[in-house]
Amino acid sequence: MTPKKDTTPTDSGYYGEFGGRFVPELLMPPVLELTRAAQEIVASKEFQDEFTAILRDYVGRPSALYHCPNISRELGLEFWLKREDLNHTGAHKINNTIGQALLTKKMGKPRIIAETGAGQHGVATATAAAMLGLECVVYMGEIDVERQAHNVRRMELLGATVVPAKNGTKTLKDAVNLALKDWIANQRTTHYCIGSVIGPHPFPELVRDFQAVIGLEAKEQFAARTMGRLPDAVVACVGGGSNAMGMFHAFVPETSVRLIGVEAAGTGEPGCYHSSSLSQGTPGVFQGTLTKLLQTEQGQIEPSHSVAPGLDYPGVGPEHAWLQATGRAEYYCLKDDRALNAFFVLCRKEGIIPALESSHAVGWVLDNADRLPKGGNVIVCLSGRGDKDMGIVEEVLAKDPSAYSDIYSAKYAVKGPKEGK
Amino acid sequence: MGSLLTTRIEEAKAKGRKAVIPYLPFCHPDCERFWTEIEGMDAAGADVIEVGVPFSDPVADGPVIEEAVNECLERGACLKGILDGLAERKGKLHAAIVLMGYVNPFMQYGWEKFAADAAAAGVSGLIVPDLPYEEAGEIKALLRAQGLDLVPLVGLNTSADRLALYAEDASGFAYFVSVLGTTGARDSLPEEVFEKLTLARKAFTVPLALGFGIKTPEQAARFGDLADAVVIGSAIVSHTKAGGSAAQFLAPFLK
Repeated sequence: MTPKKDTTPTDSGYYGEFGGRFVPELLMPPVLELTRAAQEIVASKEFQDEFTAILRDYVGRPSALYHCPNISRELGLEFWLKREDLNHTGAHKINNTIGQALLTKKMGKPRIIAETGAGQHGVATATAAAMLGLECVVYMGEIDVERQAHNVRRMELLGATVVPAKNGTKTLKDAVNLALKDWIANQRTTHYCIGSVIGPHPFPELVRDFQAVIGLEAKEQFAARTMGRLPDAVVACVGGGSNAMGMFHAFVPETSVRLIGVEAAGTGEPGCYHSSSLSQGTPGVFQGTLTKLLQTEQGQIEPSHSVAPGLDYPGVGPEHAWLQATGRAEYYCLKDDRALNAFFVLCRKEGIIPALESSHAVGWVLDNADRLPKGGNVIVCLSGRGDKDMGIVEEVLAKDPSAYSDIYSAKYAVKGPKEGK
Repeated sequence: MGSLLTTRIEEAKAKGRKAVIPYLPFCHPDCERFWTEIEGMDAAGADVIEVGVPFSDPVADGPVIEEAVNECLERGACLKGILDGLAERKGKLHAAIVLMGYVNPFMQYGWEKFAADAAAAGVSGLIVPDLPYEEAGEIKALLRAQGLDLVPLVGLNTSADRLALYAEDASGFAYFVSVLGTTGARDSLPEEVFEKLTLARKAFTVPLALGFGIKTPEQAARFGDLADAVVIGSAIVSHTKAGGSAAQFLAPFLK
């Protein structure tokens, strides 16, 4: 089965062999209702105008495309950041939640539910729900509730109810299971706002289309600054894969542009838990879609890990699996410590505190500059800001205060005022 | 050759009662007692036995079964173990055997190999909650080539059009989910079950089984002839976990 055209899935939601709708029959009516709504409501000019206006006036789009002078100089290439961290609520997640919340309202449903790992999607859903007057419930793994307490408080301030998932691995995948169960029971009044390009069709396409604004803007902004040129590569971190799909989508037809996705390799020792579904997973069916997964030979889903909670998921969007299978996009993985190194480098070199998720994408470029053309242009999607990760970073530093300062100061020595230019 | 699932349900009907379909996940309450319970339920007169294939993320199941299944996985439950155990007992069980599990473990085993091994082990059919009509085509054909039925699951929100799709080539029986929710014993079932069961009854020529939320024979009896069989899951799992025997729990349903 091949998609109808490059990036449009088949009617049943397949990108090549990946995708589909593997949900209980009880969920097929709302899934089909959503498919129709996506075709009729989201595609309408009225919806698009309203969506664009909210993104402009409320979210703060377009987000900046920033050329990083200091890192560029050190790497010998032009290093750009697409600043999704500057959006309202501090991450790319808001693009999708505004789209889905607006759609929920237009479908006549008063309630929206969501799952969240790092908390960013939960905060973004709670924000969109508050702004559009919807009741909001957010499911979050119990471990993530502890790791991201600050975001839990934000969601509650915004009027959402946060429900901890106490089952299974107590992380994102279990929050998704709980949300799916809620959706089965409350489908008549409720829309399930999935936070990434995962789940049954039409979610991977719907979420990608709401996030496609990232790549469209980046392409236009880059062209405006370089007399119509295209970058040599665009790079984004991949958990479920929504910021990456949003960044990649406009560039997929531009075959001169390398699309590079960076997954989380966890601590990196043999047998460790990680979140590299594309680099190390195998095809299987999980949470509504056929994609690449971390699983045992018997087909049980394995726990994942990343220092970045937003990447901590054992599956990935099916369109990424397809882009990998067709060779259009490349996927690599990066260890926790290298992501933390990138975190510190961006803080010290450019005055930007990145999310640990985005630090994976930054880190891959820092560590692999020699695999990119000298003097070339690379745009990294800075999917979110790092305020939410202060607790994790402090915990890491408390365990080993010297480790990370050595890493970031050795290769990218932080120059004080006397040494600096 | 007719379906053994259909035959067993019709035999119960001829005896003037609803067919009884108990569910137990493999390795519950432990790996050894599981088989004792299966043999006990068979001897007590269960018509069809639904063996649960444990999966780490059972999205259609409520807390009782989810917890039981996670414990089963910790005990090492896997599809091969089920098929080996059934193969050993082939010809010794009167009840027809249907496996209930999610897509991924079957897929990793390999659908074609699974169909052959399951048929050889005496399995009559399969219930797969996350395999709706749109995804089932090729798999259904592979199963059917080995004489296995793929039991359709329908529910309160299944439209007449979709009922017709499922009914077109349904075999074994059709499973009617009595609630808009996950598995788990409930004190009462929604009133709209009557109306929707009537629609399903008209759509299907195969027998209809009612499941999700059933814990007493009285609950099932309320639906009269609208249901030919009743599936009992969470209530048995709770009962066996507390040390009771599954056969004993079933006795009132088999009167």
